[in-house]
Amino acid sequence: MIWTLVRVSWTNLRRDRVVQTLVFAVPIVFFSIFVTIFANQENGTARIAVAVVDEGRSDFSQRLVQALQHEDALRVRATTKSDGGVPLDRAGAEALVRNGDVPVAVILPPGLDAGGLFSGRTSATPHVQLLADVSDQIAPKMVYGLLQKTLMTAAPDVLAESGIAQFDKYAGGLTPSQRSAVTEWIAELRRTAGQPSGTGGAALKDFGLPIDTVDVMRQKGGGNLVSFYAAGIGVMFLLFSVSGASGSLLDEVDSGTLDRVLSTRIGMTGLLAGKWVYVTLLGMLQLTVMFVWGMIVFKLDLLQHLPGFAVMTLFTCMAAAGFGLVLATIARSRAQLAAMSNIIVLTMSALGGSMFPRFLMSETMQKLGLATFNAWALDGYLKVFWRNASIIALWPQVAVLASLTIVFLATARLLARRWETA
Amino acid sequence: MNAAAPDVLVVHGAQKRFGSTMALDGASFALREGELLALLGPNGAGKTTLIRAISGRVALDAGEISLFGRSIAAGGSTGQTSPDLGIVPQDIAVYPLLSPRENLEAFGRMQGLRGRDLADRVAWALSLASLEDRAKEIVKGFSGGMKRRLNIACGVLHRPRIVLLDEPTVGVDPQSRERIYDMLEALTHDGVSLLLTTHHLEEAEARCARTVIIDHGRVIAEGTLPELVDRTVGRHRVVIVRTGAPVTPVPSGLEALPEEPRTLRARVTDVARELPGLIATVAATGTSIEDVEVKAPSLQSVFIHLTGRELRE
Repeated sequence: MIWTLVRVSWTNLRRDRVVQTLVFAVPIVFFSIFVTIFANQENGTARIAVAVVDEGRSDFSQRLVQALQHEDALRVRATTKSDGGVPLDRAGAEALVRNGDVPVAVILPPGLDAGGLFSGRTSATPHVQLLADVSDQIAPKMVYGLLQKTLMTAAPDVLAESGIAQFDKYAGGLTPSQRSAVTEWIAELRRTAGQPSGTGGAALKDFGLPIDTVDVMRQKGGGNLVSFYAAGIGVMFLLFSVSGASGSLLDEVDSGTLDRVLSTRIGMTGLLAGKWVYVTLLGMLQLTVMFVWGMIVFKLDLLQHLPGFAVMTLFTCMAAAGFGLVLATIARSRAQLAAMSNIIVLTMSALGGSMFPRFLMSETMQKLGLATFNAWALDGYLKVFWRNASIIALWPQVAVLASLTIVFLATARLLARRWETA
Repeated sequence: MNAAAPDVLVVHGAQKRFGSTMALDGASFALREGELLALLGPNGAGKTTLIRAISGRVALDAGEISLFGRSIAAGGSTGQTSPDLGIVPQDIAVYPLLSPRENLEAFGRMQGLRGRDLADRVAWALSLASLEDRAKEIVKGFSGGMKRRLNIACGVLHRPRIVLLDEPTVGVDPQSRERIYDMLEALTHDGVSLLLTTHHLEEAEARCARTVIIDHGRVIAEGTLPELVDRTVGRHRVVIVRTGAPVTPVPSGLEALPEEPRTLRARVTDVARELPGLIATVAATGTSIEDVEVKAPSLQSVFIHLTGRELRE
């Protein structure tokens, strides 16, 4: 009898093109837009625009400006116009920051030289200034760090000469052969100074602590960022879909078919079970369409993760369907259900990481997110697609989703009693 | 309908209160086997509550309802509808995007019908509702009458012995009403007992064997139309005489209608004996007689007599 209700709902779906569009087309359109905008940025974050004012125009400060211009992470503007003009002064740079054209301006004061870096700071030591728009909390800190690094690499020969002079002064004189070797080394440093990060000569590579960045998530062909967006958008739209589909319960109340169905042998428990099975299957179909689309269009490695995907999709959809039934049994009308589900689903999606990765949230928000259905579902999908986790490793997410399913179904059954007898 | 037929549904002392409203206040009546019984009453009289109580959807505060001698609601309800009952709600309770055949198959399965039996019953129901040639079309585009016929067919598919029909002819044209009553007559012919609520009193008068009138949650009259007439307005006839001009003075035994001065009215108990004298009296005034009409008491007059003219909404 439950399959009869599933068949009735399925037939309704086949004949309702608006619902088909909302369930299948809209989610993959959103998914495609998100992936196109965010996931394809394999070259990293956008470059930071920074204005640079060279007030001293010394050899060192000019080499510093050149080094900043070679930084991949920065888009340096040193003139009044972006495509030319006269060199920027402090007022012009400050205006650019105030107007929001750049988040940071670097002021290199007169008297700035590398020798000062080793001779110790005094009250007379000129200070580099950062004029910052603090509404952007990331850019000033990044520019600060890059500036420190650039100070070390822009004029390594000057730094080396200054350092050797200090050594010569306090540790005893250099031998002629040492002095000859140092002169040759400093000449090499001067030749390669100011070149972009990582492209300097062998001499420059010896400066600083060698650091390599290793992408452990994508070493073995796993970890496609598309999976994050597929799961995030998929689960959010799944919640919208199950809320809408569960609303057919309210349609049954309005049309009178609920009275008729309750007068049959199926009863309220059977009716809810039928709706739950149908909505679960619909959700699984919707997520499958979404991930298949990701596989075809965005090269999401679905086939390699099929068992994990199947497990997560089953338990996610079971819980989502139960959640939809709870909303439908709480609501008094379709309009009330739509308003309620929009607010709840969007809130849960925001907290649970469907719109914004939870690992970028504060610890408090991350913990709060675990109270949502989305967080557990997304954690499971990320384990499957991003961390290549085994099915056994999914047990915490599966356990939570299964428990939520039971709680949701029990709640819906309890709330549905209002339709049975008066 | 056999007057000696056994009672299949008995409602005794049904009471139900919703907050401060006493929806049922001791209602009692019986439905006989193979009978088409009309349950009449003004809006808010308690008809729907009574129907829902019989179908197990309202728990009575007191009283008893029994089907075929078995109590189904004695001061409570299980929320379950007896398989002996068929329900035809006032709403068109079918799935609009399904065809008649698909609707019948779905509700048939929900009632436990399977295989050959289900196919046979669906074919029978399509024939009963005269929808065989539209069996595969989507219901959404059907006329009101076709939807109403399907609504009934879905309620009687599983061979219920009693069917509760809540205003089965509301909103349909006279032809469809006739077809619907033909369906109901076919059911009673097969021994099915029908309890229907309606506001079409002339239909109840013409088609139903007996009538139960309910008001303020109580049954205030029950019986055949002659029985109700005898107990309420009496067996008199109203004679209406239309003249060519106002008659003054009005002859004894007649009264002029204030809004129609050319129309005279009189009550008679023996038409054959009294009518010739009335006509002679009017003719003696010298006024021409254009029309004479003799009206028997109707269910409408009984209903108004019992429930008054005051609006209940």
